[in-house]
Amino acid sequence: MEDLKVKSNQAHLSKSLLDIMKTNISQYFMFIALIVIMIFFTVTTDGVFISSRNISNLINQMGYIAVLAVGMTLIIVIRHIELSVGYLAGFLGAFSAIALTFWGWPIYAVIPAVMILGILAGLLTATPVAKLGVPAFVSTMAAGLIFRGALLLVTMGTGTIVIRDPVFNAIGNGYIPDLPLGGFLPGKHKLTLIIGLIGIILSILSAIKSRRTKLSYNFQVPSFGLFIAQLVLISGLIGYISWILSGYNGISWSLVILLLVVAVFQFITTKTPLGRHIYAVGGNPEAAELSGISVSKITYIVFAAMGLLSSLSGIMYASRLRSATTTAGLGFETDAIAAAFVGGVSAAGGVGTITGSIIGALVMMSLTSGMNLMNIDISIQYIVRGAVLVLAVVFDRITRRNQ
Amino acid sequence: METPILEMKSITKEFPGVKALDNVTFSVRKGEVHCLVGENGAGKSTLMKVLSGVHAFGTYTGDIFVEGELQKFNGIRDSEHAGIAIIYQELALIPELSVYENIFLGNEVSNGIVIDSNESISQAIDILKKVGLDVNPLTKIKNLGVGKQQLVEIAKALKKDVRILILDEPTAALNETDSDNLLQLIRGLKEQGVTCILISHKLREVMEIADTITVLRDGKTVTTLDVEADKVNEPVLIKHMVGRSIDNIFPKRENVNIGEEVLRLENWSAFSYALGRDILKNVNISVHAGEIVGIAGLMGSGRTELAKSIFGNPDHYRLSGKVFINGKEQKFRSPHDAIKSSMAYVTEDRKGNGLILIDDVKHNISLANLKEITTGGVINENEEILIANKYRSELNIKTPTIQQKVRNLSGGNQQKVSLGKWLFVKPGIMILDEPTRGIDVGAKYEIYTIMNSLVEQGMSIIMISSELPEVLGMSDRIYVMSAGKINGEMPVEDASQEGIMALAVDY
Ligand SMILES: Nc1ncnc2c1ncn2[C@@H]1O[C@H](COP(=O)(O)OP(=O)(O)OP(=O)(O)O)[C@@H](O)[C@H]1O
Ligand SMILES: [Mg+2]
Repeated sequence: MEDLKVKSNQAHLSKSLLDIMKTNISQYFMFIALIVIMIFFTVTTDGVFISSRNISNLINQMGYIAVLAVGMTLIIVIRHIELSVGYLAGFLGAFSAIALTFWGWPIYAVIPAVMILGILAGLLTATPVAKLGVPAFVSTMAAGLIFRGALLLVTMGTGTIVIRDPVFNAIGNGYIPDLPLGGFLPGKHKLTLIIGLIGIILSILSAIKSRRTKLSYNFQVPSFGLFIAQLVLISGLIGYISWILSGYNGISWSLVILLLVVAVFQFITTKTPLGRHIYAVGGNPEAAELSGISVSKITYIVFAAMGLLSSLSGIMYASRLRSATTTAGLGFETDAIAAAFVGGVSAAGGVGTITGSIIGALVMMSLTSGMNLMNIDISIQYIVRGAVLVLAVVFDRITRRNQ
Repeated sequence: METPILEMKSITKEFPGVKALDNVTFSVRKGEVHCLVGENGAGKSTLMKVLSGVHAFGTYTGDIFVEGELQKFNGIRDSEHAGIAIIYQELALIPELSVYENIFLGNEVSNGIVIDSNESISQAIDILKKVGLDVNPLTKIKNLGVGKQQLVEIAKALKKDVRILILDEPTAALNETDSDNLLQLIRGLKEQGVTCILISHKLREVMEIADTITVLRDGKTVTTLDVEADKVNEPVLIKHMVGRSIDNIFPKRENVNIGEEVLRLENWSAFSYALGRDILKNVNISVHAGEIVGIAGLMGSGRTELAKSIFGNPDHYRLSGKVFINGKEQKFRSPHDAIKSSMAYVTEDRKGNGLILIDDVKHNISLANLKEITTGGVINENEEILIANKYRSELNIKTPTIQQKVRNLSGGNQQKVSLGKWLFVKPGIMILDEPTRGIDVGAKYEIYTIMNSLVEQGMSIIMISSELPEVLGMSDRIYVMSAGKINGEMPVEDASQEGIMALAVDY
């Protein structure tokens, strides 16, 4: 009797593990691919790649693309595309620079103003799409041309505008302050470690809570062993990342913004009716409409969110360069689209996650950073990135078909 | 005994979590019409997909013999080569292309580079004659009715030398006249020596046309019956299919208690910009609490359009006239408004506009009523699982788990998910558009029972149906539509199949 119980328990464990692997294989695959890529570059660069300084840089460089990738994911999920976001980011960066330096606006007015402008631009671009069914490809391409023109127009007299506001420039270059703990753990950023620790504790607590609720509903939960293994893995990951970051200046403001954006959008897409509605519209717009979901309202919301994220991207980029240039934002949309597709978004709509696209952005940025460290020529870099993009999408198709 | 034209031996086919076919044996004699029947999810479509190479050799176990020869099909092309043609449960025609282009799609008549349209058209005319379809081969598919589209599908299958023709629920979407035409055509093909395998839930037509019937249940062969020799009749067949006998296909309602008027249309008309004509003309109907109102009519008589025009008008017709819900005039601007006024609409086309196929069962069931399981802006996914499991067991939805993608369910079980989704809205007025299309007898009985218990609790049901026995068996009152008009209204006691048909074809 006892024996039987153990057996069935084991069967359960192996089955649930296999099931999890099977259903999420494409997402896990990209995660594993990311780790393989990181190990590869760590080896080929004698450890420079994984050094605190390089990882910290990599994250700061990735920030302004990653926030775009988050919005682009939703755009593609609802079966559209957004080609204007790069130029919009560039234009809004320039707008910030002008407002700060020429008009003398305080930064606390500039940032909300730019964010509102971003939302309005998104709504404007969405109008022909949502109202008249104009293909987003056309509408956003046109908007892109207009924003590009607007950027050239506002920078015409001045060329590059240098930004001198230290608070603004900290967004793309600064780090959170450290605690004055002097001699304790010299060379490490203490606040980063503490935040990491808090992150670990919170994720363990929320996992335990969700498991308890499931049990109170009498639902099946993964076996205790598997549960512990998951906790250890997640805690280890958070711990390791905080440890690396704490070795060089700690958490940057860019990372703070990125984490907030990811947290908010992850929450909306997975936990709220709005998120469900977005995926329903992507999965079958007609069925969604007949279920009482307004497809045009969802379209406006998603494009507005994309506009908001474009404004953040523009601010982060201008701040990182400490200036607004005439070419800012060029090609951002391509990078964001690539990150989303590498992360498992499907052009057929209804499929794709925020975390997936962030992993996609990390993959693409790791490639760039690693190849730069290896002094590989830019021509080869483009070819490699193109190949990785197509491989990722092909793999995604194959695993999906097999399901 | 001569070798059967087709023998499938010990076929087993598994999907993750489902054994769709379990050691199935299936044998078909040359020149017969062999019907395959069984409950939703029994494995009928899967068996035929194995036969036609859609599920390629190696993804199943067991052997397929065609005229005694072992076959290993790796795709549709291979099975076509062996003289097997299949017509799927869902039509696979391209609406924007013409009849002849669809017939030769994938097998274009050409000189190697350029398509020879004259030759194609003349060949198409011959094939169309074979299926008795009198249309111009240059007509676009979208301009044909479903009955004719079905014939084009068959014409497409017949363009090659076909020895075995498989039809998966070809009459599900057809009205009686079109169905009868199709059965006539199958008889004709049989005379020309074509062996037909027919899957259908319409047992009346199975009895009418079959020489042999094989019954599947839960992925296993239950029995194979010779219609003449074994003296098969419908009740016997039902017993084999569902494992118990059903005395009356239409369960009687205990308390008929018809109350206040809940819905009234006054001079309701609709103009479609897309079609450039009026699709509804001066419709006046009324529906009461606790009542099942049947709407009969031919395909294209405007019944679905009527439903959609009431249900928030998602196709943006230009409307005139008035809708009263519970005595108050309403102007719904979207399905959302209609749902808020406690209406529900179970669509006829579950794949096209009923379900999110790439999403799972539980998300589909909760979609139209997320607010019920949302607290503080967050969806309670545990509640959602409970709800989904509740409808899964109430409606007897066959699925390994509620996490299964709806795409992977059998046609009938998809229909049940669609029904569950709208029951969860707990509507006061429910419009059911062809509610039992593609549903097995056992499940039909269950759905009828559910309908009865809903109206007993005071709900109103508007049932659009092309199956006259169903209209007569379930309704309290019947409207007959024709060309966008209400051509007649009668209490069920005064209605007959002939009477309804006469009104339906009277333009
Ligand atoms: N691609 C698939 N992936 C997973 N399960 C599948 C797939 N195709 C079919 N199934 C499952 O196999 C079983 C048999 O399905 P099948 O479509 O053959 O039923 P059916 O007898 O044709 O039913 P219906 O009368 O409803 O059309 C069902 O349980 C179905 O959910
Ligand atoms: Mg089927």
